Amino acid sequence: MSEELEDALFVRPFIMTGGRVEPTHADLRLETLVVAVPEASPGSLEFERRRIVALCAQPTMVAEVAEKIGVPLGVAKVLISDLVVGGLLVCQQPTELPLHVLERIRDHVRAL
Amino acid sequence: MSGRSDKAAPLAVKIVISGGLGVGKTTFIGAVSEIEPLDTEAAITQVSVGVDSLVGVENKTTTTVALDFGRITLDPSIVLYLFGTPGQDRFSFLWDDLVEGALGSIVLVDTRRIEDSFPALDYFEERGTPFVLAVNRFDGAQLFALDEVREALGIGPEVPVLTCDARDRSSVRDVLAALMDRVVHQHVTGGPAKAGAAAR
Repeated sequence: MSEELEDALFVRPFIMTGGRVEPTHADLRLETLVVAVPEASPGSLEFERRRIVALCAQPTMVAEVAEKIGVPLGVAKVLISDLVVGGLLVCQQPTELPLHVLERIRDHVRAL
Repeated sequence: MSGRSDKAAPLAVKIVISGGLGVGKTTFIGAVSEIEPLDTEAAITQVSVGVDSLVGVENKTTTTVALDFGRITLDPSIVLYLFGTPGQDRFSFLWDDLVEGALGSIVLVDTRRIEDSFPALDYFEERGTPFVLAVNRFDGAQLFALDEVREALGIGPEVPVLTCDARDRSSVRDVLAALMDRVVHQHVTGGPAKAGAAAR
């Protein structure tokens, strides 16, 4: 590919977010699992957003979304948070885990 | 739980596996993971050929950093991820994202290059992240008493130090269990307070 053509095809990653770098919904970690809401209709979505909703038919980590869509983590967070706010994806808010959950994780790990 | 519908995504928790380049992080993760972890250190090193000389901002390639991780489904509602920290300094910007919200960390040590684990130790001590030290047994490496390793690294008595074989599932499980004991203990006692110092 010629250098000129490459230049023409290159899209700066944050173009996809309209230049926004801060997610509208701040609580996404790279391991947060996001899943598409079954009845949500992605019909009006385009490009990356549509691919993300399709990818998240199964619970998928934010980091995996970034990797599979081929965008930097920061871009993925903005796109995913838009979709969460728009009601197309759901995720669990990260919270301080209570003791009984930590103990449950410990017991599961011991039994591995 | 919180009475959410069953459409809710499972809870994802993570443990960070760190230590110097080539200390066995990917092997450690692979020993217990349901999925084959990506050896990003090898991949990155290959890609780095000819890339590192470019000035970052002018580089027209979109940099997506592949992460080294494994997955353990603990039960239908909790998935545990093990993330390896990137060994190269130039990916140190990823550390904050990797460590944010982590249950805790395992610092893998190779006794032939003990100083490689200093950056990880400093990082977790500063942030108060619960961690345990695991000395990976390498063939041909001299065996040190764990007390010597503890002393060489300046680790307090409250941090568990274990030996492990990163290739062996039950050995890796024991290290993870030791970390979870520490996590639970730190939760109950309310933080990473140095046990000895606080008691006196």
